[in-house]
Amino acid sequence: MREEIMEILTELRPDVEFENEKKLIDDGILDSFDIVSLVGELNDAFDVSINVQDLLPENFNCVDAMVELIENLQEEE
Amino acid sequence: MQRNILEYLEESGRRFPDKIVFADDKSAVTYGELIRQAQFLGVCLLEHKGNGREPALCAPVAVFIDRSIESLTGFFGAVYSGNFYVPIDRQMPVARTRLILDTLDPVVILGVEKDRQILAQMGMEERLMVLGEVLSQDDSHTLSEEQEKALLNVRMRALDTDPLYAIFTSGSTGVPKGVLVSHRSVIDLIDNFKEEFGFSEGCVFGNQAPFDFDVSVKDIYSTIKNGASMYVIPKVMFSFPAKLITFMNEKRINTIIWAVSALRIIENLNAFTGELPRYLKTAMFSGEVMHNKVLNYWRRYLPGVQYVNLYGPTEITCNCTYYKVNRPFTDDEVLPIGIPFKNSGVFLLDGDKPVREKQTAGEICVKGTSLALGYYNNAEKTAESFCQNPLNPAYPERIYRTGDIGKYNDEGELIFLSRKDDQIKHMGHRIELGEVEAAANSLDILKAAVCIYDKAEGKILMFYQAEAPCDREVLKALGKKLPKYMFPNKLYYFEKLPMNKNNKIDRTYLRENYVTVHCDH
Repeated sequence: MREEIMEILTELRPDVEFENEKKLIDDGILDSFDIVSLVGELNDAFDVSINVQDLLPENFNCVDAMVELIENLQEEE
Repeated sequence: MQRNILEYLEESGRRFPDKIVFADDKSAVTYGELIRQAQFLGVCLLEHKGNGREPALCAPVAVFIDRSIESLTGFFGAVYSGNFYVPIDRQMPVARTRLILDTLDPVVILGVEKDRQILAQMGMEERLMVLGEVLSQDDSHTLSEEQEKALLNVRMRALDTDPLYAIFTSGSTGVPKGVLVSHRSVIDLIDNFKEEFGFSEGCVFGNQAPFDFDVSVKDIYSTIKNGASMYVIPKVMFSFPAKLITFMNEKRINTIIWAVSALRIIENLNAFTGELPRYLKTAMFSGEVMHNKVLNYWRRYLPGVQYVNLYGPTEITCNCTYYKVNRPFTDDEVLPIGIPFKNSGVFLLDGDKPVREKQTAGEICVKGTSLALGYYNNAEKTAESFCQNPLNPAYPERIYRTGDIGKYNDEGELIFLSRKDDQIKHMGHRIELGEVEAAANSLDILKAAVCIYDKAEGKILMFYQAEAPCDREVLKALGKKLPKYMFPNKLYYFEKLPMNKNNKIDRTYLRENYVTVHCDH
């Protein structure tokens, strides 16, 4: 799953080194338009629905946080 | 008679000295404090002798901005000194900042210490005045009698036609143009907003627009005119709308004047499934076409809110028409831009001839007090866009040609159709690409779409943002809305359509990268 998320991220923002970034949101690397696209992508790829309560900066600051979010969502279903 | 926007600030300061005027996520400032700080800064600017030059009246003061209220103190300080301010986003590439500063040649640049590095690259570091340093010189910000006199002297000489700010906008030639706007134009706009939308001291504004984007002019000046309060919403909250809505409820924000793109994010993220902004009474939007698919989402969740579609380019001081949404629209209908504000002359021209018939397209032209003074230090571009009214041969009367094509609908409301350069003749038909776009943007499978005409190829290109490529579905759905000749001939799928600095879909980029370069020779 991690790889797949990396792929989505890299395609979305080829200019960012996602492995090294731990503060994607706090440092303003991903903006609101990125988040809109990313949420759509993740929902589709993993058949989850990230709703407004899951949309928190701490869930998107780094790749591992995103993995955890998706895993939690998949377990819920 | 009012001549200067500082009269708004001072009048509200007398009524509500201890009320919060502006607040960001870290700090807040009251009317009384803001006036004292801005006057103190004004005096410092008057006394500043940088680079052997003294600031004259009506000279540019550049302000490197962020989302902090210190930027706003900088604006008002510049105005107290009898000059005009020019907001500059410090995140902008250095090359573009340089183009702007070259055009401006500002005597003073207000910013923070780290801006010195950027300015050093263009040899302007000695013009930097560090705002925080100046303001911390004296916490009480008291002025001597002589300094008070100096400020009074500036005010005595002030004219309502003096420039208040310049906002830089992208220029077709690659050099940004500084739209210079007078006190009078802003006073006119803000008085109209109060009257038309019933603004009062009870308004709590939630500011979304960056301060180098003229949408924020309405927040800032409506706040100080009405003795209201304005909360600067941190940018990151637009990625995480749950926080945004909590923030809006905490601060009891009841009035928003946002870019269309900000409202679109809420819809795209389906943000209203949790908490709703409980205090919201008025939602206004501008900047690009509001598609009814997005607006209907808002209207479904917040039916009691007054929605207002605002239209106008920076050159006519924010907005010249408004439409108070007062009837239902289906997702594929076009939302009107409405009727002119009082004291704004808005009319349609076809070349130099008037267009008065309904349902007939013409270029939207504007005259009156709202017109900008021109493009700063750019006589050529000013003459091109601000020209003599062709309908008036008798005396000088300036109009601004917006380059936007509009028409009147059967209700007599103005409808935006497209940009002047987007009107096409395609397969023998005259087509407004705006119509194709409206149809595409009403489709549920699409997040956003724009069309550009490739004249050399004779093809309509459509660039769309969706969750996955879906050319076939798009075309099938469009078949239900458009005649065959209006179909896009080529579709380009985007995960994320490119956006320009003002958060509008970047048509220039698309045109440059996808349209066949054709040779006229």
